[in-house]
Amino acid sequence: MPSTPSATAADAPSSADPDAHLNPSAARRRMIVDALGMVVSASAFGLVYGLAARQGGLSIVEMLAMSVFVLAGAAQFAAIGLITQGVPWLAILLLTALLNARHLLYSAALAPWLAGRRRLQRAAMAHVLTDEAFGLALPLFQRIGRADVPGYWLAASLIVLPWMAMNVVGYVGGQGIPDPARLGLDVVFPAAMAGIAVGLVTGRRELTAAVVGAAVAVGVAVVLEPAVGIVAGGLLGPLAGLLVPARAAGDAGAAAAGSADQPSPHGDDPQVGLAG
Amino acid sequence: MSLDLVALALLMGAVTYPSRALPILAPGIERLPPRALEYLRLVGPGVLAALAAVSVLVVREGGAAPTLHIGIEFAAVLAGIAVVRWRRNVFLGIAVAVILVALVRAIAPA
Repeated sequence: MPSTPSATAADAPSSADPDAHLNPSAARRRMIVDALGMVVSASAFGLVYGLAARQGGLSIVEMLAMSVFVLAGAAQFAAIGLITQGVPWLAILLLTALLNARHLLYSAALAPWLAGRRRLQRAAMAHVLTDEAFGLALPLFQRIGRADVPGYWLAASLIVLPWMAMNVVGYVGGQGIPDPARLGLDVVFPAAMAGIAVGLVTGRRELTAAVVGAAVAVGVAVVLEPAVGIVAGGLLGPLAGLLVPARAAGDAGAAAAGSADQPSPHGDDPQVGLAG
Repeated sequence: MSLDLVALALLMGAVTYPSRALPILAPGIERLPPRALEYLRLVGPGVLAALAAVSVLVVREGGAAPTLHIGIEFAAVLAGIAVVRWRRNVFLGIAVAVILVALVRAIAPA
C-alpha cells in the first residue's frame, strides 16, 4: 500500500492481499519467481524470432536492431513477415504503431507511481516498458507500496536479456529447434498475463475491470483487429470498474480521495527504493 | 552485411516510444483528480486481462480475418488462473497451463 499522507483506515493491508507491505527484497524475490515462466517463454520465442529473422533475410545487426530499438515481439514478428512480402515501410510503421499502442495504457498506469522520479530516468525506463515488464513491475510496486526503480530494471532485464541472447542463438544455430507451440510454450504468455491480472484483483472494481476488459477486447478483436481489441478492452474495462460503487465494492483503495491504493509521489522516497 | 533495415528498426522504435513514454513523462500526472487516478489503478487488471484474453481466444490464420477460437489453450489458462487464485503463485499457474496444453497436444495433435 502506498504510504499516502492522507490515507486513513484504508492504509491497512487488504485482507485480500496478503502480499501487502512486503519489503523490497522480499517483493523482488516474489517477482523473480513470478517471472520464471516468462523467462522461459521469452527465451523460446526469442530463439524463434532469431531464426525467423535469418530466414526472412535480415542480417544479424538488423535483427538485433529490431530488438534493441523496437523491443516488442509481436511487432517484430509482424515486421519480418511484412518485409519478406515487400510491404512498404510506411505500412510497417503504421502497423507497428497500432500493435504497440497498448503501451500507452501501461505507461499511464505506471505514471502516478513514477511521478517524482527524474525525467531522464523515466525516459529510460519507458523504453523497456514491455508487456512483461509492466506485468511484473505493477504488482511489485503494489506489494512494496511505492515505486521500486531497481526492481523495475530487474523486471525488464529478466525478460529483455534472455530475449536478446536467444535472438542471437536462434539466428546462429536455430535450425534444429522444435516449435515452442509443440511444448505448450505458446500458452505461457496468456497464462502469465492472466495470472498477474488475478493477482491485481483485490475487489469487485478490479474484477469488473478485468472481466469487462477481456470481454470487450475479444469482441472488438474479432470484429476489427486484435491490437485494437486490446486497447479497447484496456480502456473500457477500467471504465466499467469505476461504475461499481466504491462502498459496495469492498476495494481497499476505492475511489475516495486519499485512497490508500492510490499511488502517490509523496509516498515515494527514492532513497528507500534504491536502498532496496 | 546488410544494414538497410537498421533504419527501419529505428523508425519502428520511434513510432513505438511515444506510446511508452508520453504518460510517464507527462508533468503533473500525480495531480490528476482522484477519479482519474482510480481509473489508472484499474488499467492494470483491465489491460492485462484484455491481453491474455485476446492472446488465447482470438486466432488469425495467415492473412485471414481474426476468429474466435475456444480450445485447450483457453481451458489451460482458466486452470492456470484457478491455481494462481488458490496458491497465489503465478509460476505454478503457468506451469499447470503449459503441462495441460503439452499433454493434450501430445495425445491429440491438431
